Amino acid sequence: MGVVTESRFDLPGTYVFDGQTSRRGYRMNKMFMTLRDAGARARFLADEPAYCREFGLTPDQQQAVADRDWQAMLDLGGSIFYVYKLAMMDGKSMQYLGGVFTGMTEEEFVAALRAGGRTDG
Amino acid sequence: MAEVIWGLATSHVPSIGAAMDHGTTGDPYWKPLFDGYQPAREWMAEHTPDMAIVVYNDHANGVDLDVVPTFAIGTAESYQVADEGFGRRPVPEVRGAPELSLHLVEQLVDEGFDLTVFQALDVDHGLTVPLSVFCPEPGEAWPCAVVPLLVNVIQYPQPTAARCYALGQAIGRAVRSYPDDVKVAVFGTGGMSHQLAGARAGFINPAFDAMYLEAIQTDPQKLAALSREEYVRLAGSEGIELIMWLVMRGAMDDEITRVHEAYHVPASNTAAALALFDNRAAQRA
Repeated sequence: MGVVTESRFDLPGTYVFDGQTSRRGYRMNKMFMTLRDAGARARFLADEPAYCREFGLTPDQQQAVADRDWQAMLDLGGSIFYVYKLAMMDGKSMQYLGGVFTGMTEEEFVAALRAGGRTDG
Repeated sequence: MAEVIWGLATSHVPSIGAAMDHGTTGDPYWKPLFDGYQPAREWMAEHTPDMAIVVYNDHANGVDLDVVPTFAIGTAESYQVADEGFGRRPVPEVRGAPELSLHLVEQLVDEGFDLTVFQALDVDHGLTVPLSVFCPEPGEAWPCAVVPLLVNVIQYPQPTAARCYALGQAIGRAVRSYPDDVKVAVFGTGGMSHQLAGARAGFINPAFDAMYLEAIQTDPQKLAALSREEYVRLAGSEGIELIMWLVMRGAMDDEITRVHEAYHVPASNTAAALALFDNRAAQRA
């Protein structure tokens, strides 16, 4: 059995995208990266499961993508900068994602930022 | 001999670039931020550098997770503006400064900073937004050549803040040993406090940001002594980008003069700031 190195510190409500996480999410993040390209977006949209399989996503990751379960994508090794490529393709903003992660609507999240941000974290 | 004439610390939030690209900088949402930039822009327009070293991070546009260089430098003659998924920003291609880049590589490797070298690189908003903050209307070409200097701030372990500051000091020495008589600006980009993901998304820490804006001039050693955990806890998981300001600060003299600063919440999910420092005022005095 190898030694599993966990991220070196743990902060509540905060992802530390470390090497183990990056290994876990590698194929999924690789797939998200391709979505910068219009041709890749068209192929993805034509058959999402096939595109996910082509990149070797795990069944859990495929399900998270199919469900647009943004929280699960991060839990399964997604990096926010890569997951965001899929969100952008769907016409979703980073404020929308912020709302998803914090249990707010996009409008509530935007309002919280305009009021100075969530300063009590 | 070359010299660092000024240093600019600035956020590089993509929506700041989009506001300029779409002509919405006068909207109520953006006006306070761009009004805050104006005095710095006017000063920089009167002190145009020949070359700029832009310290930034890529965001899954020019570089993916196949290779995660801790520190890297571009040595190309030019850098294409990256298509991040919504088309390229309508800004000029970035002209490189390959002779300065190669000089920096030699000097920095000899000093023990074993940089990864990019001979080809698409540059994303991390680099082009700071250029637009400096020069909002470049026309056909940016007013100076650019050396991209990349820092891994996305995947743990990021370089320590102390190492970033030391790299900046080595860059300062390398610039001063460059034989051509050129004026160099250094950009430290990213920040300020923000967190994109997790239950703490939307985190902003104005007290920490205010401390950082002051200490980047007067006490960078204090900022260099902060741990990764302290950066993430106090500035948010993406606020750790602030370590890149220390590269800029290290390249400047111990005594620098603050020309202007601005701080505004929010730019999208981020506390946005600008701080401009003159590296030559003390010499003139």
